[in-house]
Amino acid sequence: MSWLDYFRGRRQEQPASASAAKERLQIVLAHERIGRTREDFLPKLQQDLVAVVARYVAIDPGKVNVNLDRGGDMSTLAIEIELPAPSAVRMVAGAR
Amino acid sequence: MAQVVVVTSGKGGVGKTTSSAAFATGLAQRGKKTVVIDFDVGLRNLDLIMGVERRVVFDIVNVISGEARLNQALIRDKRVDTLSILPASQTRDKDALTRDGVAKIIEELSKDFDYILCDSPAGIEKGALLALYFADQAVVVTNPEVSSVRDSDRILGVLQSRSKRAEEKKDPVKEHLLVTRFDPVRVERGEMLKLEDIQEILSIPLLGVIPESESVLKASNTGTPVILDAESMAGQAYADAVSRFLGEEKPHRFIEAEKKGLFKRLFGGRAA
Repeated sequence: MSWLDYFRGRRQEQPASASAAKERLQIVLAHERIGRTREDFLPKLQQDLVAVVARYVAIDPGKVNVNLDRGGDMSTLAIEIELPAPSAVRMVAGAR
Repeated sequence: MAQVVVVTSGKGGVGKTTSSAAFATGLAQRGKKTVVIDFDVGLRNLDLIMGVERRVVFDIVNVISGEARLNQALIRDKRVDTLSILPASQTRDKDALTRDGVAKIIEELSKDFDYILCDSPAGIEKGALLALYFADQAVVVTNPEVSSVRDSDRILGVLQSRSKRAEEKKDPVKEHLLVTRFDPVRVERGEMLKLEDIQEILSIPLLGVIPESESVLKASNTGTPVILDAESMAGQAYADAVSRFLGEEKPHRFIEAEKKGLFKRLFGGRAA
C-alpha cells in the first residue's frame, strides 16, 4: 500500500470477506463430512416424493422443480410439481 | 524402517511440489537419508523444481515395469549428498503405476533411507491415492482460500479411510497442516482466512506457515529448492517446519503483518 492508495478510496470500509469464507466453509464441510459416512438421502427422498405424486396425478417429469438449500442449522428441500389442467386429470382418471 | 511421508492437498497449484522439494532437502540437510518420489505420472515437475531435469534417464514407471533397476533411476542431489530423487514418467499415464509396483519400490527404498517423501499429484484419482496409500505421515498443503481448505478436508477423509494404515486398522496416518502462500497483511485487512480459522476448520496440528514470497518463484526459476535460500522468509519458514517435524519446538514466524515504518508506508514494499 503506498500513499497514493489513500486517495483511491481505500479508506472506505469494505466488508471483511474472510469471515464469509469461514462461515461458508463450516457449513459446506459439515454436510460433506456427514456424506462421507452416511449416504446423502436428499436426492433419493426427492425421487420418492415425485414417484408418490405421480401415482395420483399424471405429472410431466420435465415440470418438476427441485431446490435444495443446505444451511448450518437447517436445510430446506423445496419441490415444485406442476399439476396438469383438470381436463387432463379427468382423462387419466377415466382411463383407469 | 523408513518413515513414508506423503505431501498432498487435493487441490492443484497450492505448493505441493515446492513443499516436497523444500521438505526433502531440509530433512537431508539434517543428515537424514531422504528420497523424494514424484507420483505425478504424465505431468512430472519435481525434477524441474529440484533442478535435476537434465539428469533424468529412468523414472518410476521404468522401475515398476522392470526396464530399469531402482538404483539406475534414483538421482543423487549434488547439493545435499543424503538426498535422492525418483522422477515420474513424462510419457506414460497414471495407469502405469500399480500398487504392487509402488509397494516393492517403497520396500526397497526403506532399506537405505530414513525418509521417503511422496509428492502427490492433484486430485483424488489413482495417482493421488497411490501416493498416500503407504503413508505413515501426511503433510497437507493448504492455501488460505475456500476451495483449497475444502479439498484438504476431503483428502483428510481419504487418508482416514483409504490409506494402508486405515485399511489394516493400524494407528492412523499422522497428519500435519502446512499453510502456504499466507499473507498476513491481507489477513489483517480481513481479506484472507485467519490461521486459527483454517486450524479450527481442519482441526489438525499446524506444522508450518509459509508466507507468500517472491523467492518461491525465483527458486523454481533456477531449480533450487527454496529452503536453500536461507535469506528468504519462505526458506526460513520451511526450515522451521522441518525442525518441528523432527520434534523441535519452534515459534511460528511471519504470521503477523510487519509493522511498516514511515518510509515503507509512503513508498510501499514487497516481501522478499
